[in-house]
Amino acid sequence: MIDSEVLQSERVKLKRDIAELRVTLNRKEQCLRELEEAIADCEDSDEAVESSSSTPQTQLSNDDIARYSRQLILQDFGVQGQLKLKNSSVLIVGMGGLGCPAAQYLVSAGCGHLGLIDYDDVERSNLHRQILHSEQRCGMSKAESARIALLELNSHCEIRCHSRVINSINAMHIIRPYDVVLDCSDNVATRYLLNDACVMLRKPLVSGSALKMDGQLTVYGYGQGPCYRCIYPVPPPPEAVTNCGDGGVLGAVTGIIGAMQALEAIKVIIGLGDVMSGRLLIFDGSSCMFRNIRIRTKRPNCHVCSAQPLITELIDYEMFCGMHATDKDNPLDLLEPEQRLEVKEYHQNLQTQPHLLIDVRPPAEFEICQLPQSTNVPLSEILDDSYLKRFAKQLEDKELPIILLCRRGNDSQIAVQHVSNRFPAHSVRDLVGGLHAWTSSVDATFPIY
Amino acid sequence: MDDLKIILEFSAGAELLFGNIKRRQLSLDGNQKWTIANLLKWMHANILTERPELFLQGDTVRPGILVLINDTDWELLGELDYELQANDNVLFISTLHGG
Repeated sequence: MIDSEVLQSERVKLKRDIAELRVTLNRKEQCLRELEEAIADCEDSDEAVESSSSTPQTQLSNDDIARYSRQLILQDFGVQGQLKLKNSSVLIVGMGGLGCPAAQYLVSAGCGHLGLIDYDDVERSNLHRQILHSEQRCGMSKAESARIALLELNSHCEIRCHSRVINSINAMHIIRPYDVVLDCSDNVATRYLLNDACVMLRKPLVSGSALKMDGQLTVYGYGQGPCYRCIYPVPPPPEAVTNCGDGGVLGAVTGIIGAMQALEAIKVIIGLGDVMSGRLLIFDGSSCMFRNIRIRTKRPNCHVCSAQPLITELIDYEMFCGMHATDKDNPLDLLEPEQRLEVKEYHQNLQTQPHLLIDVRPPAEFEICQLPQSTNVPLSEILDDSYLKRFAKQLEDKELPIILLCRRGNDSQIAVQHVSNRFPAHSVRDLVGGLHAWTSSVDATFPIY
Repeated sequence: MDDLKIILEFSAGAELLFGNIKRRQLSLDGNQKWTIANLLKWMHANILTERPELFLQGDTVRPGILVLINDTDWELLGELDYELQANDNVLFISTLHGG
Protein backbone atom coordinates (compact mmCIF):
# COMPACT_ATOMS: atom_id res chain seq x y z
CA MET A 1 0.00 0.00 0.00
CA ILE A 2 2.70 2.45 1.05
CA ASP A 3 4.80 1.34 -1.90
CA SER A 4 2.04 2.25 -4.31
CA GLU A 5 1.65 5.68 -2.70
CA VAL A 6 5.36 6.33 -3.10
CA LEU A 7 5.18 5.27 -6.72
CA GLN A 8 2.17 7.46 -7.34
CA SER A 9 3.82 10.54 -5.88
CA GLU A 10 6.99 9.79 -7.81
CA ARG A 11 4.91 9.61 -10.98
CA VAL A 12 3.23 12.95 -10.27
CA LYS A 13 6.61 14.54 -9.56
CA LEU A 14 8.16 13.21 -12.77
CA LYS A 15 5.22 14.39 -14.86
CA ARG A 16 5.52 17.85 -13.34
CA ASP A 17 9.28 17.95 -13.91
CA ILE A 18 8.84 16.94 -17.55
CA ALA A 19 6.16 19.58 -18.09
CA GLU A 20 8.41 22.25 -16.57
CA LEU A 21 11.35 21.15 -18.70
CA ARG A 22 9.18 21.36 -21.81
CA VAL A 23 8.19 24.90 -20.96
CA THR A 24 11.85 25.80 -20.43
CA LEU A 25 12.82 24.09 -23.68
CA ASN A 26 10.13 25.96 -25.61
CA ARG A 27 11.22 29.23 -24.12
CA LYS A 28 14.88 28.63 -24.95
CA GLU A 29 14.07 27.61 -28.52
CA GLN A 30 12.05 30.76 -28.93
CA CYS A 31 14.89 32.89 -27.53
CA LEU A 32 17.24 31.25 -30.01
CA ARG A 33 14.88 32.00 -32.90
CA GLU A 34 14.48 35.61 -31.85
CA LEU A 35 18.23 35.96 -31.57
CA GLU A 36 18.73 34.44 -35.01
CA GLU A 37 16.10 36.79 -36.42
CA ALA A 38 17.82 39.78 -34.85
CA ILE A 39 21.16 38.65 -36.33
CA ALA A 40 19.53 38.16 -39.73
CA ASP A 41 17.97 41.62 -39.51
CA CYS A 42 21.40 43.14 -38.78
CA GLU A 43 22.84 41.42 -41.83
CA ASP A 44 19.97 42.79 -43.92
CA SER A 45 17.66 39.87 -44.37
CA ASP A 46 16.30 41.15 -47.68
CA GLU A 47 19.60 40.54 -49.37
CA ALA A 48 19.86 37.10 -47.84
CA VAL A 49 16.51 35.93 -49.21
CA GLU A 50 16.99 37.70 -52.52
CA SER A 51 20.45 36.26 -53.02
CA SER A 52 19.19 32.75 -52.49
CA SER A 53 16.44 33.35 -55.02
CA SER A 54 18.75 35.23 -57.39
CA THR A 55 20.78 32.06 -57.83
CA PRO A 56 17.87 29.87 -58.90
CA GLN A 57 18.23 26.15 -58.82
CA THR A 58 18.02 24.69 -62.29
CA GLN A 59 18.09 20.97 -61.54
CA LEU A 60 16.17 18.53 -59.44
CA SER A 61 18.13 16.15 -57.25
CA ASN A 62 17.40 12.43 -57.25
CA ASP A 63 15.77 12.90 -53.88
CA ASP A 64 13.52 15.62 -55.37
CA ILE A 65 12.55 13.32 -58.22
CA ALA A 66 11.65 10.45 -55.91
CA ARG A 67 9.89 12.66 -53.43
CA TYR A 68 7.80 14.75 -55.83
CA SER A 69 7.27 12.03 -58.46
CA ARG A 70 3.48 11.98 -58.17
CA GLN A 71 3.19 15.66 -59.04
CA LEU A 72 6.15 15.66 -61.47
CA ILE A 73 4.29 13.31 -63.78
CA LEU A 74 1.37 15.73 -64.04
CA GLN A 75 1.34 17.08 -67.58
CA ASP A 76 0.88 20.72 -66.55
CA PHE A 77 3.22 20.62 -63.58
CA GLY A 78 6.35 18.71 -64.55
CA VAL A 79 10.01 19.45 -63.88
CA GLN A 80 9.64 23.15 -64.72
CA GLY A 81 6.79 23.51 -62.26
CA GLN A 82 8.77 21.78 -59.54
CA LEU A 83 11.78 24.01 -60.15
CA LYS A 84 9.63 27.13 -60.00
CA LEU A 85 8.20 25.94 -56.71
CA LYS A 86 11.66 25.16 -55.38
CA ASN A 87 12.81 28.69 -56.24
CA SER A 88 9.69 30.37 -54.93
CA SER A 89 9.13 32.17 -51.65
CA VAL A 90 5.71 32.46 -50.06
CA LEU A 91 4.68 34.54 -47.07
CA ILE A 92 1.84 33.24 -44.90
CA VAL A 93 0.22 35.79 -42.60
CA GLY A 94 -1.52 34.04 -39.70
CA MET A 95 -0.58 30.52 -38.60
CA GLY A 96 -4.10 29.61 -37.55
CA GLY A 97 -6.85 27.50 -39.07
CA LEU A 98 -6.07 28.64 -42.63
CA GLY A 99 -2.32 29.16 -42.36
CA CYS A 100 -1.57 25.70 -40.96
CA PRO A 101 -3.04 23.60 -43.79
CA ALA A 102 -1.84 26.11 -46.41
CA ALA A 103 1.73 25.89 -45.11
CA GLN A 104 1.50 22.12 -44.81
CA TYR A 105 0.63 21.65 -48.49
CA LEU A 106 3.11 24.25 -49.73
CA VAL A 107 6.00 22.75 -47.78
CA SER A 108 5.07 19.20 -48.72
CA ALA A 109 4.84 20.17 -52.39
CA GLY A 110 8.40 21.50 -52.31
CA CYS A 111 8.05 25.26 -51.92
CA GLY A 112 11.62 26.42 -51.33
CA HIS A 113 11.21 29.40 -49.02
CA LEU A 114 8.42 30.12 -46.60
CA GLY A 115 7.83 33.05 -44.27
CA LEU A 116 5.44 32.63 -41.34
CA ILE A 117 3.90 35.54 -39.45
CA ASP A 118 1.94 35.29 -36.23
CA TYR A 119 2.16 37.43 -33.10
CA ASP A 120 0.22 34.90 -31.03
CA ASP A 121 1.08 31.84 -28.94
CA VAL A 122 -0.46 28.37 -29.26
CA GLU A 123 -3.46 27.75 -26.98
CA ARG A 124 -5.44 24.58 -26.43
CA SER A 125 -8.50 26.13 -28.07
CA ASN A 126 -6.47 26.36 -31.30
CA LEU A 127 -5.71 22.67 -31.65
CA HIS A 128 -9.04 21.56 -33.16
CA ARG A 129 -8.28 23.44 -36.37
CA GLN A 130 -4.68 24.67 -36.29
CA ILE A 131 -3.31 21.28 -37.11
CA LEU A 132 0.43 21.98 -37.15
CA HIS A 133 0.47 22.84 -33.45
CA SER A 134 0.47 20.23 -30.71
CA GLU A 135 -0.44 19.78 -27.05
CA GLN A 136 3.21 19.93 -26.13
CA ARG A 137 3.75 23.23 -27.92
CA CYS A 138 0.98 25.15 -26.15
CA GLY A 139 2.47 28.44 -25.00
CA MET A 140 5.04 28.53 -27.82
CA SER A 141 4.87 31.15 -30.56
CA LYS A 142 2.61 29.90 -33.37
CA ALA A 143 5.14 30.70 -36.08
CA GLU A 144 7.82 28.79 -34.19
CA SER A 145 5.53 25.84 -33.46
CA ALA A 146 4.49 25.64 -37.13
CA ARG A 147 8.11 25.79 -38.22
CA ILE A 148 8.99 22.76 -36.07
CA ALA A 149 6.10 20.75 -37.55
CA LEU A 150 6.84 21.86 -41.12
CA LEU A 151 10.52 20.96 -40.95
CA GLU A 152 9.51 17.47 -39.89
CA LEU A 153 7.49 17.26 -43.11
CA ASN A 154 10.22 18.67 -45.34
CA SER A 155 13.62 19.63 -44.02
CA HIS A 156 14.63 21.19 -47.36
CA CYS A 157 12.31 24.17 -46.99
CA GLU A 158 13.91 27.34 -45.69
CA ILE A 159 11.50 28.77 -43.13
CA ARG A 160 11.69 32.19 -41.59
CA CYS A 161 9.51 33.10 -38.59
CA HIS A 162 8.18 36.55 -37.80
CA SER A 163 6.66 36.26 -34.33
CA ARG A 164 5.18 39.74 -34.20
CA VAL A 165 2.18 41.75 -35.34
CA ILE A 166 2.45 42.85 -38.95
CA ASN A 167 1.64 46.57 -39.15
CA SER A 168 2.11 49.67 -41.27
CA ILE A 169 5.66 50.13 -40.03
CA ASN A 170 7.08 46.68 -40.77
CA ALA A 171 4.78 45.33 -43.53
CA MET A 172 6.67 46.58 -46.60
CA HIS A 173 9.98 45.37 -45.21
CA ILE A 174 8.61 41.94 -44.33
CA ILE A 175 6.67 41.37 -47.57
CA ARG A 176 9.20 42.70 -50.10
CA PRO A 177 11.37 39.56 -50.52
CA TYR A 178 8.45 37.18 -51.17
CA ASP A 179 6.78 36.24 -54.46
CA VAL A 180 3.26 35.53 -53.19
CA VAL A 181 1.41 36.42 -49.98
CA LEU A 182 -1.30 34.32 -48.33
CA ASP A 183 -3.82 36.23 -46.23
CA CYS A 184 -4.70 33.73 -43.51
CA SER A 185 -5.40 36.46 -40.96
CA ASP A 186 -8.46 36.81 -38.78
CA ASN A 187 -9.33 40.49 -38.82
CA VAL A 188 -10.39 43.31 -41.11
CA ALA A 189 -7.54 45.74 -40.32
CA THR A 190 -4.87 43.20 -41.31
CA ARG A 191 -6.77 42.38 -44.51
CA TYR A 192 -6.69 46.02 -45.66
CA LEU A 193 -3.05 46.34 -44.60
CA LEU A 194 -1.97 43.27 -46.59
CA ASN A 195 -3.99 44.39 -49.61
CA ASP A 196 -2.47 47.85 -49.74
CA ALA A 197 1.08 46.62 -49.13
CA CYS A 198 0.71 43.88 -51.78
CA VAL A 199 -0.68 46.35 -54.33
CA MET A 200 2.23 48.73 -53.68
CA LEU A 201 4.75 45.89 -53.98
CA ARG A 202 2.86 44.19 -56.87
CA LYS A 203 2.52 40.86 -55.08
CA PRO A 204 -0.45 38.56 -55.71
CA LEU A 205 -2.49 38.09 -52.52
CA VAL A 206 -4.26 34.76 -52.02
CA SER A 207 -7.04 35.55 -49.59
CA GLY A 208 -8.98 33.01 -47.55
CA SER A 209 -11.44 33.36 -44.70
CA ALA A 210 -13.73 31.13 -42.69
CA LEU A 211 -16.32 31.29 -39.94
CA LYS A 212 -18.72 28.74 -38.50
CA MET A 213 -19.50 26.41 -41.43
CA ASP A 214 -18.66 28.86 -44.23
CA GLY A 215 -15.54 29.75 -46.16
CA GLN A 216 -14.50 32.19 -48.89
CA LEU A 217 -11.53 32.33 -51.24
CA THR A 218 -10.19 34.65 -53.93
CA VAL A 219 -6.92 36.02 -55.34
CA TYR A 220 -6.35 39.79 -55.35
CA GLY A 221 -3.91 41.84 -57.38
CA TYR A 222 -3.32 39.19 -60.03
CA GLY A 223 -3.35 40.12 -63.71
CA GLN A 224 -6.22 42.49 -64.45
CA GLY A 225 -8.16 41.31 -61.42
CA PRO A 226 -9.37 43.59 -58.63
CA CYS A 227 -7.78 44.24 -55.26
CA TYR A 228 -9.54 43.94 -51.88
CA ARG A 229 -10.37 47.65 -51.91
CA CYS A 230 -11.97 47.42 -55.36
CA ILE A 231 -14.48 44.99 -53.86
CA TYR A 232 -14.67 46.54 -50.38
CA PRO A 233 -13.88 50.27 -50.63
CA VAL A 234 -15.41 50.86 -47.18
CA PRO A 235 -14.78 48.63 -44.14
CA PRO A 236 -17.79 46.94 -42.55
CA PRO A 237 -19.24 48.35 -39.31
CA PRO A 238 -17.43 46.67 -36.35
CA GLU A 239 -20.70 45.30 -34.91
CA ALA A 240 -21.22 43.32 -38.14
CA VAL A 241 -17.87 41.51 -37.80
CA THR A 242 -17.59 38.18 -35.95
CA ASN A 243 -14.36 36.32 -35.24
CA CYS A 244 -13.84 32.58 -34.73
CA GLY A 245 -13.51 33.02 -30.94
CA ASP A 246 -17.04 34.41 -30.75
CA GLY A 247 -18.79 32.77 -33.70
CA GLY A 248 -17.03 29.41 -33.67
CA VAL A 249 -15.63 27.51 -36.64
CA LEU A 250 -15.25 23.90 -37.71
CA GLY A 251 -11.66 22.80 -38.35
CA ALA A 252 -12.49 20.88 -41.51
CA VAL A 253 -13.90 24.11 -42.99
CA THR A 254 -10.72 26.13 -42.39
CA GLY A 255 -8.82 23.10 -43.66
CA ILE A 256 -10.67 23.14 -46.98
CA ILE A 257 -10.10 26.85 -47.55
CA GLY A 258 -6.47 26.74 -46.37
CA ALA A 259 -5.69 23.82 -48.70
CA MET A 260 -7.26 25.77 -51.57
CA GLN A 261 -5.09 28.79 -50.74
CA ALA A 262 -2.04 26.54 -51.14
CA LEU A 263 -3.43 25.35 -54.49
CA GLU A 264 -3.97 28.90 -55.77
CA ALA A 265 -0.48 29.92 -54.58
CA ILE A 266 1.05 26.98 -56.49
CA LYS A 267 -0.95 27.94 -59.61
CA VAL A 268 0.23 31.55 -59.34
CA ILE A 269 3.86 30.44 -58.89
CA ILE A 270 4.04 28.02 -61.78
CA GLY A 271 1.47 29.69 -64.04
CA LEU A 272 -0.94 26.78 -64.11
CA GLY A 273 -4.65 26.77 -64.89
CA ASP A 274 -7.11 29.58 -64.22
CA VAL A 275 -6.18 31.48 -61.10
CA MET A 276 -9.10 32.46 -58.86
CA SER A 277 -8.85 36.15 -59.76
CA GLY A 278 -11.93 38.27 -60.47
CA ARG A 279 -13.96 35.46 -58.96
CA LEU A 280 -14.98 34.57 -55.44
CA LEU A 281 -15.43 31.03 -54.21
CA ILE A 282 -18.09 30.60 -51.57
CA PHE A 283 -18.18 27.38 -49.59
CA ASP A 284 -21.18 26.47 -47.47
CA GLY A 285 -20.10 23.48 -45.40
CA SER A 286 -23.54 22.78 -44.00
CA SER A 287 -24.93 21.96 -47.45
CA CYS A 288 -21.52 21.12 -49.00
CA MET A 289 -22.09 23.66 -51.76
CA PHE A 290 -19.36 25.48 -53.64
CA ARG A 291 -20.36 28.59 -55.60
CA ASN A 292 -18.03 30.36 -57.92
CA ILE A 293 -19.21 33.90 -58.54
CA ARG A 294 -17.95 36.55 -60.91
CA ILE A 295 -16.94 39.71 -59.07
CA ARG A 296 -16.17 43.10 -60.50
CA THR A 297 -12.90 43.94 -62.25
CA LYS A 298 -10.55 46.69 -61.06
CA ARG A 299 -12.39 49.77 -59.80
CA PRO A 300 -11.26 52.65 -62.06
CA ASN A 301 -11.14 55.02 -59.08
CA CYS A 302 -9.79 52.52 -56.53
CA HIS A 303 -7.93 54.38 -53.79
CA VAL A 304 -4.94 52.09 -53.96
CA CYS A 305 -4.70 50.07 -57.22
CA SER A 306 -5.98 52.58 -59.84
CA ALA A 307 -3.71 54.65 -62.07
CA GLN A 308 -4.12 57.68 -59.79
CA PRO A 309 -4.16 56.20 -56.28
CA LEU A 310 -5.01 58.37 -53.28
CA ILE A 311 -3.22 56.00 -50.93
CA THR A 312 0.46 55.74 -51.81
CA GLU A 313 1.81 54.69 -48.45
CA LEU A 314 0.45 52.51 -45.69
CA ILE A 315 -2.01 54.15 -43.29
CA ASP A 316 -3.23 53.38 -39.75
CA TYR A 317 -5.50 50.40 -40.49
CA GLU A 318 -6.88 49.96 -36.99
CA MET A 319 -8.11 53.54 -37.12
CA PHE A 320 -9.39 53.19 -40.69
CA CYS A 321 -11.43 50.12 -39.73
CA GLY A 322 -12.27 51.13 -36.16
CA MET A 323 -11.19 47.61 -35.16
CA HIS A 324 -8.11 46.01 -33.67
CA ALA A 325 -5.66 43.93 -35.69
CA THR A 326 -5.77 41.11 -33.13
CA ASP A 327 -8.62 38.94 -31.95
CA LYS A 328 -7.75 39.55 -28.30
CA ASP A 329 -10.52 40.71 -25.97
CA ASN A 330 -11.49 44.33 -26.28
CA PRO A 331 -13.71 44.62 -23.22
CA LEU A 332 -16.73 46.89 -23.49
CA ASP A 333 -17.31 49.52 -20.84
CA LEU A 334 -20.93 50.58 -21.20
CA LEU A 335 -22.16 50.74 -17.60
CA GLU A 336 -21.94 52.90 -14.48
CA PRO A 337 -19.98 51.42 -11.55
CA GLU A 338 -23.20 50.80 -9.56
CA GLN A 339 -24.50 48.64 -12.42
CA ARG A 340 -21.58 46.26 -12.09
CA LEU A 341 -20.90 43.41 -9.71
CA GLU A 342 -17.55 41.71 -9.12
CA VAL A 343 -17.68 37.91 -9.22
CA LYS A 344 -16.12 37.67 -5.74
CA GLU A 345 -18.78 39.91 -4.24
CA TYR A 346 -21.50 37.91 -5.89
CA HIS A 347 -19.97 34.69 -4.59
CA GLN A 348 -19.52 35.95 -1.02
CA ASN A 349 -22.60 38.11 -0.46
CA LEU A 350 -25.29 37.44 -2.99
CA GLN A 351 -25.20 33.84 -4.09
CA THR A 352 -27.06 32.64 -0.99
CA GLN A 353 -29.62 35.50 -1.10
CA PRO A 354 -32.72 35.54 -3.31
CA HIS A 355 -31.81 36.89 -6.75
CA LEU A 356 -32.45 36.32 -10.45
CA LEU A 357 -29.33 35.17 -12.31
CA ILE A 358 -29.71 35.30 -16.09
CA ASP A 359 -27.05 33.93 -18.43
CA VAL A 360 -27.37 35.66 -21.82
CA ARG A 361 -25.13 33.36 -23.87
CA PRO A 362 -26.46 31.34 -26.84
CA PRO A 363 -27.89 27.91 -25.80
CA ALA A 364 -24.96 25.97 -27.34
CA GLU A 365 -22.57 27.85 -25.06
CA PHE A 366 -24.82 27.55 -22.00
CA GLU A 367 -24.80 23.80 -22.48
CA ILE A 368 -20.99 23.72 -22.19
CA CYS A 369 -20.95 25.05 -18.61
CA GLN A 370 -23.15 27.19 -16.40
CA LEU A 371 -23.41 28.58 -12.86
CA PRO A 372 -25.76 26.52 -10.66
CA GLN A 373 -28.55 29.05 -10.15
CA SER A 374 -28.45 30.59 -13.61
CA THR A 375 -31.23 30.54 -16.18
CA ASN A 376 -30.43 30.78 -19.87
CA VAL A 377 -32.01 33.66 -21.79
CA PRO A 378 -30.01 34.38 -24.97
CA LEU A 379 -29.21 38.06 -25.58
CA SER A 380 -31.53 38.16 -28.59
CA GLU A 381 -34.48 37.24 -26.33
CA ILE A 382 -33.52 40.00 -23.92
CA LEU A 383 -33.28 42.57 -26.71
CA ASP A 384 -36.60 41.61 -28.33
CA ASP A 385 -38.29 41.58 -24.88
CA SER A 386 -39.54 38.01 -25.20
CA TYR A 387 -38.02 37.37 -21.72
CA LEU A 388 -40.69 39.61 -20.13
CA LYS A 389 -43.43 36.98 -20.25
CA ARG A 390 -41.20 34.26 -18.86
CA PHE A 391 -40.21 36.27 -15.77
CA ALA A 392 -43.38 38.33 -15.36
CA LYS A 393 -43.84 37.24 -11.76
CA GLN A 394 -40.26 37.71 -10.56
CA LEU A 395 -40.03 41.10 -12.27
CA GLU A 396 -42.94 42.40 -10.21
CA ASP A 397 -40.72 42.29 -7.14
CA LYS A 398 -38.57 45.45 -7.18
CA GLU A 399 -36.45 44.14 -4.31
CA LEU A 400 -35.26 41.08 -6.22
CA PRO A 401 -31.77 41.82 -7.59
CA ILE A 402 -31.32 40.96 -11.25
CA ILE A 403 -27.85 39.82 -12.29
CA LEU A 404 -26.89 39.21 -15.90
CA LEU A 405 -23.83 37.29 -17.01
CA CYS A 406 -22.13 35.94 -20.09
CA ARG A 407 -18.78 34.47 -21.11
CA ARG A 408 -16.50 37.49 -20.79
CA GLY A 409 -18.72 40.32 -19.60
CA ASN A 410 -19.52 42.17 -22.83
CA ASP A 411 -22.98 40.94 -23.89
CA SER A 412 -24.07 41.08 -20.24
CA GLN A 413 -23.50 44.85 -20.29
CA ILE A 414 -25.65 45.26 -23.39
CA ALA A 415 -28.32 43.20 -21.64
CA VAL A 416 -28.11 45.32 -18.45
CA GLN A 417 -28.55 48.50 -20.48
CA HIS A 418 -31.67 47.09 -22.07
CA VAL A 419 -33.24 45.64 -18.94
CA SER A 420 -32.50 48.63 -16.69
CA ASN A 421 -34.09 50.98 -19.22
CA ARG A 422 -37.31 49.05 -18.77
CA PHE A 423 -36.98 48.54 -15.01
CA PRO A 424 -35.27 51.65 -13.69
CA ALA A 425 -36.42 50.93 -10.11
CA HIS A 426 -34.81 47.46 -10.02
CA SER A 427 -31.23 46.64 -9.16
CA VAL A 428 -29.90 45.34 -12.50
CA ARG A 429 -26.19 44.51 -12.66
CA ASP A 430 -23.79 42.45 -14.71
CA LEU A 431 -21.00 40.15 -13.54
CA VAL A 432 -17.74 41.90 -14.43
CA GLY A 433 -15.60 39.67 -16.65
CA GLY A 434 -18.29 36.99 -16.85
CA LEU A 435 -17.51 33.30 -16.50
CA HIS A 436 -13.85 33.87 -17.32
CA ALA A 437 -13.60 36.02 -14.18
CA TRP A 438 -15.49 33.37 -12.24
CA THR A 439 -12.81 30.82 -13.14
CA SER A 440 -9.90 33.12 -12.37
CA SER A 441 -11.25 34.63 -9.13
CA VAL A 442 -13.69 32.14 -7.58
CA ASP A 443 -13.53 28.60 -8.91
CA ALA A 444 -10.42 27.49 -10.79
CA THR A 445 -12.10 24.19 -11.70
CA PHE A 446 -14.82 25.95 -13.71
CA PRO A 447 -14.16 25.26 -17.44
CA ILE A 448 -12.94 27.99 -19.78
CA TYR A 449 -13.67 28.07 -23.48
CA MET B 1 -50.12 40.78 -64.61
CA ASP B 2 -48.62 37.59 -63.22
CA ASP B 3 -46.53 37.78 -60.09
CA LEU B 4 -42.80 38.23 -60.53
CA LYS B 5 -41.18 35.08 -59.19
CA ILE B 6 -37.59 35.32 -58.00
CA ILE B 7 -35.27 33.35 -55.71
CA LEU B 8 -33.67 35.07 -52.75
CA GLU B 9 -30.62 33.47 -51.15
CA PHE B 10 -28.39 34.32 -48.19
CA SER B 11 -24.93 33.04 -47.41
CA ALA B 12 -22.12 33.19 -44.83
CA GLY B 13 -24.28 34.53 -42.00
CA ALA B 14 -26.48 37.02 -43.88
CA GLU B 15 -29.35 34.53 -43.37
CA LEU B 16 -29.19 35.18 -39.61
CA LEU B 17 -30.75 38.59 -40.27
CA PHE B 18 -33.65 36.98 -42.12
CA GLY B 19 -35.00 34.36 -39.75
CA ASN B 20 -32.13 31.99 -40.51
CA ILE B 21 -33.71 30.95 -43.82
CA LYS B 22 -31.08 30.53 -46.53
CA ARG B 23 -33.33 30.27 -49.59
CA ARG B 24 -36.75 31.77 -50.31
CA GLN B 25 -38.98 31.85 -53.34
CA LEU B 26 -40.69 35.24 -53.67
CA SER B 27 -43.76 36.20 -55.63
CA LEU B 28 -43.69 39.96 -56.03
CA ASP B 29 -46.56 42.09 -57.31
CA GLY B 30 -46.31 41.89 -61.11
CA ASN B 31 -48.06 45.24 -61.62
CA GLN B 32 -45.05 47.26 -60.61
CA LYS B 33 -41.46 47.51 -61.78
CA TRP B 34 -39.03 45.85 -59.38
CA THR B 35 -35.51 47.18 -59.07
CA ILE B 36 -33.02 46.01 -56.45
CA ALA B 37 -33.71 49.31 -54.64
CA ASN B 38 -37.40 48.39 -54.34
CA LEU B 39 -36.52 44.85 -53.37
CA LEU B 40 -34.34 46.09 -50.49
CA LYS B 41 -37.23 48.21 -49.20
CA TRP B 42 -39.58 45.25 -49.50
CA MET B 43 -37.11 43.02 -47.62
CA HIS B 44 -36.75 45.60 -44.85
CA ALA B 45 -40.52 45.85 -44.45
CA ASN B 46 -41.34 42.15 -44.74
CA ILE B 47 -38.58 39.71 -43.86
CA LEU B 48 -35.71 41.48 -42.05
CA THR B 49 -35.90 40.19 -38.47
CA GLU B 50 -32.70 41.49 -36.84
CA ARG B 51 -31.20 44.94 -36.44
CA PRO B 52 -31.61 46.68 -39.85
CA GLU B 53 -28.24 48.46 -39.59
CA LEU B 54 -26.53 45.07 -39.92
CA PHE B 55 -28.03 44.82 -43.42
CA LEU B 56 -28.79 48.31 -44.70
CA GLN B 57 -27.04 51.63 -44.67
CA GLY B 58 -29.12 54.44 -46.15
CA ASP B 59 -30.99 53.00 -49.13
CA THR B 60 -28.34 50.39 -50.00
CA VAL B 61 -26.70 47.38 -48.34
CA ARG B 62 -24.08 48.05 -45.69
CA PRO B 63 -20.36 47.75 -46.53
CA GLY B 64 -19.24 44.11 -46.37
CA ILE B 65 -22.33 42.58 -47.97
CA LEU B 66 -21.98 41.46 -51.58
CA VAL B 67 -25.02 41.28 -53.84
CA LEU B 68 -25.00 38.74 -56.65
CA ILE B 69 -27.60 38.53 -59.36
CA ASN B 70 -27.52 35.16 -61.10
CA ASP B 71 -24.03 34.62 -59.66
CA THR B 72 -22.70 37.90 -61.03
CA ASP B 73 -21.64 40.90 -58.93
CA TRP B 74 -24.44 43.49 -59.01
CA GLU B 75 -21.83 46.18 -59.68
CA LEU B 76 -21.55 44.72 -63.18
CA LEU B 77 -25.34 44.99 -63.63
CA GLY B 78 -26.31 48.45 -62.47
CA GLU B 79 -26.54 47.88 -58.69
CA LEU B 80 -29.69 49.44 -57.18
CA ASP B 81 -31.15 50.23 -60.60
CA TYR B 82 -31.04 46.67 -61.93
CA GLU B 83 -34.54 45.63 -62.95
CA LEU B 84 -35.47 42.17 -61.72
CA GLN B 85 -36.52 39.59 -64.31
CA ALA B 86 -38.60 36.49 -63.79
CA ASN B 87 -36.61 33.61 -62.21
CA ASP B 88 -33.70 35.85 -61.20
CA ASN B 89 -31.59 34.58 -58.35
CA VAL B 90 -30.49 37.30 -55.90
CA LEU B 91 -27.82 36.26 -53.41
CA PHE B 92 -26.64 38.29 -50.41
CA ILE B 93 -23.29 37.26 -48.96
CA SER B 94 -21.68 38.55 -45.78
CA THR B 95 -17.94 38.84 -46.09
CA LEU B 96 -16.03 36.61 -43.69
CA HIS B 97 -12.90 37.78 -41.91
CA GLY B 98 -12.03 34.87 -39.60
CA GLY B 99 -9.16 32.47 -40.08
